[in-house]
Amino acid sequence: MDNPATPRILHFMKHDSDVVIVGGGLNGPALALALAQGGLSVTIVDALPLDTRKDDTFDGRSYALALASQKLLSALGIWNEIADHAQPILKVAASDGHAGEGPAPFFLEFDHAEIEEGPMGFMIEDRYLRRAFLDAVMAEDRVAHLSGETVVAQDVQPGGVTVTLQSGKTVSARVLIGCDGKRSGTAERAGISRTGWEYGQTALVCAIEHEKPHEGTAHQFFMPAGPLAILPLPGNRSSIVWSETTDQAAAIQAMDDDSYLAALRPRFGDFLGEIKLAGARFTYPLSLSLANAFVSDRLALVGDAAHGVHPIAGQGLNLGLRDVAALAEVMVDAHRRGEEIGAIDVLERYQTWRRWDTATLAAATDGFNRLFSNDNPLLRGVRDIGMGVVNAMPGLRRRFIREAAGLNGELPRLMKGRPI
Amino acid sequence: MQAVETTVDAAEVAKFEAMAAEWWDPNGKFKPLHMLNPCRLDYITSQIAAEFDRDLTGPLPFTGLRLLDIGCGGGLLAEPMARLGATVVGADAAAGNIPVAQVHAEQSGLTIDYRHTTAEALAEAGEQFDIVLNMEVVEHVADPLAYLTACQQLLKPGGLMICSTINRNPKSFMMAIVGAEWVMRWLPKGTHEWHKFITPDELFALIGNAGLDPVDRKGFVFNPVAWTWSLSDRDLSVNYVTASVKASA
Repeated sequence: MDNPATPRILHFMKHDSDVVIVGGGLNGPALALALAQGGLSVTIVDALPLDTRKDDTFDGRSYALALASQKLLSALGIWNEIADHAQPILKVAASDGHAGEGPAPFFLEFDHAEIEEGPMGFMIEDRYLRRAFLDAVMAEDRVAHLSGETVVAQDVQPGGVTVTLQSGKTVSARVLIGCDGKRSGTAERAGISRTGWEYGQTALVCAIEHEKPHEGTAHQFFMPAGPLAILPLPGNRSSIVWSETTDQAAAIQAMDDDSYLAALRPRFGDFLGEIKLAGARFTYPLSLSLANAFVSDRLALVGDAAHGVHPIAGQGLNLGLRDVAALAEVMVDAHRRGEEIGAIDVLERYQTWRRWDTATLAAATDGFNRLFSNDNPLLRGVRDIGMGVVNAMPGLRRRFIREAAGLNGELPRLMKGRPI
Repeated sequence: MQAVETTVDAAEVAKFEAMAAEWWDPNGKFKPLHMLNPCRLDYITSQIAAEFDRDLTGPLPFTGLRLLDIGCGGGLLAEPMARLGATVVGADAAAGNIPVAQVHAEQSGLTIDYRHTTAEALAEAGEQFDIVLNMEVVEHVADPLAYLTACQQLLKPGGLMICSTINRNPKSFMMAIVGAEWVMRWLPKGTHEWHKFITPDELFALIGNAGLDPVDRKGFVFNPVAWTWSLSDRDLSVNYVTASVKASA
């Protein structure tokens, strides 16, 4: 047969693994496990050294896991390892507050008894979650873990993608996934621009021990400078996420522990009795940062790399895990039907699935924050009445609870607790 | 290659040759096939898994199966089948498709035997396959019964044929010709001729006459809101797919 000369675009090379994930935080290992369980091989490139990841002293950081995220951890086989350390959130109480005045009369309360699935979520300390992921990743044959390595270059070709590490090592794969946070180098090197802004607010984060039991209740007080969340940890301990203007937060963070506690105490009153610090203190400047695309040729962005949202509703990790579940499902389904997992039309299915959800949540939390972080008496009146109304309407309340638990929208199967 | 007696309509072949280079652009001229592909693959993979008792969650589930993709084009189905472990022959009556498909398979690291030939020529040469994929071809051939008979001869006893095509009714005229060719411009005008479309009952009868047992049929349904295709048990009104088996010896 006549066979016209054809251009040789690229000679195929055997890839080191199917997927290379940049970022060893929580989303990276979660995605690696999900993909490996779906039959794909993965290399994780983690900038932090292994010892830092393994450190299990309590540093004060913790996460509010939505129920759907907990189901994903169950499906991945992680939950059993951390269940003993998790505190169920049985009730959420939100109220308008003014320093020294206590809660406003209209009080929004959500109780897990109003949805059938169980607790609304769980509080888990970072050290346990991080360690469980690391152990699971280390035990998984299909995952290679490179610690203390940063990416200096990435090169996308028609047949695959190669990343070059600082050590000079290269890793080739069919797809590159950036789980490398708000300032994602993966996105930047791919030329994906971002949209976002600063809020002029900073979250102060710490853990406290308190005299009286919290009874599994998460409190959210809407203060003029920003929200204050008190989230229950196992025992008589709680995690505090406390937003102030950036200048004020810097001043508070600079105080010694006694003055810090003295600043914190009047902000939520004395319903938990005496309080003292139970870990280190952190600050996180609040900003919104959305990548203008979640995918490009042979590349996808997950978690904060795609969308760093305002953490007001504690949805950052939950949104990230939802990305993980959606991307893993898209890629594993494609793999099982024989499609090229790095093809743009495959990756675009993930973008279509996640982008709308993310944009609406980012807009909602942004609007929520602007409404609530305000001392205008008229707005205070509006939100107090609004809370009273939501409180009085069971249907709307159920929707709020289900949304907070991550149970609304088209859920990936991992988030229903089903295997990949 | 030598000239072969064929039921392929020469004018149809020329139309596809003109489009060959565009095969692998998901937003190019073959966008409708790329959009339909996941749905086609879901049907094909599940039918093969059921017929040959394979586990789709395991590695290379189609290892050991010899598969022929007729009208392989740029390899949109041949490549996934090879990736799942099948030994694949891709046949196309349009010579221009062959080098395009070969180059792409090489880029993808896949070994696929692409040939400029026809079902009839392969049957005459005595080739045998476990699976024959016969997707969106039968509505383009001059003599469907002769063509399906060749497909039947290509199958080993116990073999499986998947055949998809387009129904013939006013709705399919509106969707496949007015909608896809004239309005959306998904396909060049004249890609399809409505009178060559075949109803599911006609296709089942043809398949039976060709010596195969039709065992399943499903609709491919386009959802204009979600902009995706899905399989339907009931709606075979436009695009549809069938599975047929050759009796064991």
